[in-house]
Amino acid sequence: MSNQAQAAPLLRVNDIHVYYGAIHAIKGISLEVHENEIVTLIGANGAGKSTTLNTIAGLLRPRQGTIEMGGAPIQGVSASKMVFRGLALCPEGRRIFQQMTVRENLEMGAYSRPASEIDASLTEMFQRFPRLKEREKQIAGTLSGGEQQMLAMARALMSKPKLLMLDEPSMGLAPILVEQIFDIVTELHQSGVTILLVEQNAQMALRVADRAYVMETGVITMQGDAEALLHNDAVQKAYLGS
Amino acid sequence: MTKEKRKRLIYSLVTYLLVIAAFIFLQSMIANKTISRSLKGQLVPICCWIVMAVSLNLVVGISGELSLGHAGFMSVGAYTGAVVSGWLLNGFDVQDTTLRLVLAIVAGGLFSGIVGALIGIPVLRLRGDYLAIVTLAFGEIIRSLVNVFYVGTADGKLHFSFLQKNMPDAVTMLVDGAKGAVKVKPISTFTAGFILVLITLVVVLNLINSRAGRAIKACRDNRIAAESMGVNVTKYKMMAFVTAAVLAGMAGALYGLNSSTVVPSQFTFNQSINVLVFVVLGGLGNVLGSIISAAFLTILPEMLRAFADYRMLVYAVVLILVMIFTNNPTIRSWVNRLTAPLRKKEKTGGDAQ
Repeated sequence: MSNQAQAAPLLRVNDIHVYYGAIHAIKGISLEVHENEIVTLIGANGAGKSTTLNTIAGLLRPRQGTIEMGGAPIQGVSASKMVFRGLALCPEGRRIFQQMTVRENLEMGAYSRPASEIDASLTEMFQRFPRLKEREKQIAGTLSGGEQQMLAMARALMSKPKLLMLDEPSMGLAPILVEQIFDIVTELHQSGVTILLVEQNAQMALRVADRAYVMETGVITMQGDAEALLHNDAVQKAYLGS
Repeated sequence: MTKEKRKRLIYSLVTYLLVIAAFIFLQSMIANKTISRSLKGQLVPICCWIVMAVSLNLVVGISGELSLGHAGFMSVGAYTGAVVSGWLLNGFDVQDTTLRLVLAIVAGGLFSGIVGALIGIPVLRLRGDYLAIVTLAFGEIIRSLVNVFYVGTADGKLHFSFLQKNMPDAVTMLVDGAKGAVKVKPISTFTAGFILVLITLVVVLNLINSRAGRAIKACRDNRIAAESMGVNVTKYKMMAFVTAAVLAGMAGALYGLNSSTVVPSQFTFNQSINVLVFVVLGGLGNVLGSIISAAFLTILPEMLRAFADYRMLVYAVVLILVMIFTNNPTIRSWVNRLTAPLRKKEKTGGDAQ
């Protein structure tokens, strides 16, 4: 771990400010994600977690500050070009292609890659998510919420990202499915995927993550080892409700 | 994968074969003189409306943007076609009608495509209802502009203006303001219409089944997700919109050169809605459906002449019935049950769940 911390981070966000019109949503956030890490961004509704993620993904533009990926600046790069730089966003609310089949959704995920590599990745995804294999030809809009979340994650993975960004993967899912989704996140981590995870479910997120940032109304109020934060009194009070 | 590809291939083949079969059948009817006068006069318009419907389907069904100004592109094509054909005849004495027709159609498509690109840049920044309203407005703007447009030819040169008094004296008028394109020599043929339909099918079916087509559908289903996958949304929306505009322009040129005048009132908002009706009735995204419904709904008003004053009423009732029968879930399941024995064979053929 100490090695990795010294190496240049995969993603470095440096003092970004994001506005929605006159509203100053993100007020100078800095964070780092190193290779093979799971970093989580937790906080209440409206803290600016998704805004931060969308800004990194290029869907929003920061008015100030820099975002670097592997040392190269990426702020201002359009969202559609980000995938080609190894950044995959699994957006909030899943956003699968409702009218396409499961397979077509996955194929879309590999849009940025040469056609020759797609079959191998498809096989890999179907191994990791056997449920999707069963549903291969089904129209994605007819899947259950949990299956749609799996599909959204698998689709994001189809681009073979250096960094996978998950926005609220547990949203609207039953507790047992939330566990499953987090199991998958852990498995992905073990197989070497670097993950930036945004979550409201702070407890689950802190359990799987290496490091964490706590956000509140546009600023980072706490950061550090996930394990330590999980037992931190202030975090406990604010987010874990006990 | 191979199975799905095969399915798509079969769908395309069936579409082509049906169109070709219909053409051969109608040609033989013309040869035997067993075709009614009214139907014969409808053949070219049918081809035009088929092209219009298939191209609009690309925008509405595949790209998922409700465009209400498709007749505008048709009028651009019709006027361009009439001008080019008249110019070639009067200015360069080109007597070969086929050559004139081909050049007119190409020019109509080209010009309409340029207009489509210009309109598409602002329009495709909007979404949903807003986009629909703005396309409607652009359709009306095009119609209003050609309403006061004058084009004439003298000594092989084209003259155009928004004021009649600016035209030189010894000019042959090609487009005469509100009177529309005048003294057009009708040179469209059914064969040309058939070829245009085939070209449209090749373009649209190939586009839909290509990587670009998948990207267009992804933008329709979910813009943000498509962007996150690396799809350049603006580019692909433009691709669908401009392709449709080019095809509509070509259909317009063919349509305009089918009669001796082209007037702006032929391309009103109503006409755009008519094409939309073809598309919706045939099924969004369903090319074969568009072809059948365009042909059927173009012939229908003629067939209903027997009902005299109640013609359009019957037309409306037929529309409602077709919509109910194709889209009401209860009736659909009832029809499915009735036809189940027929489809049993297919199922055992390997379409198992």
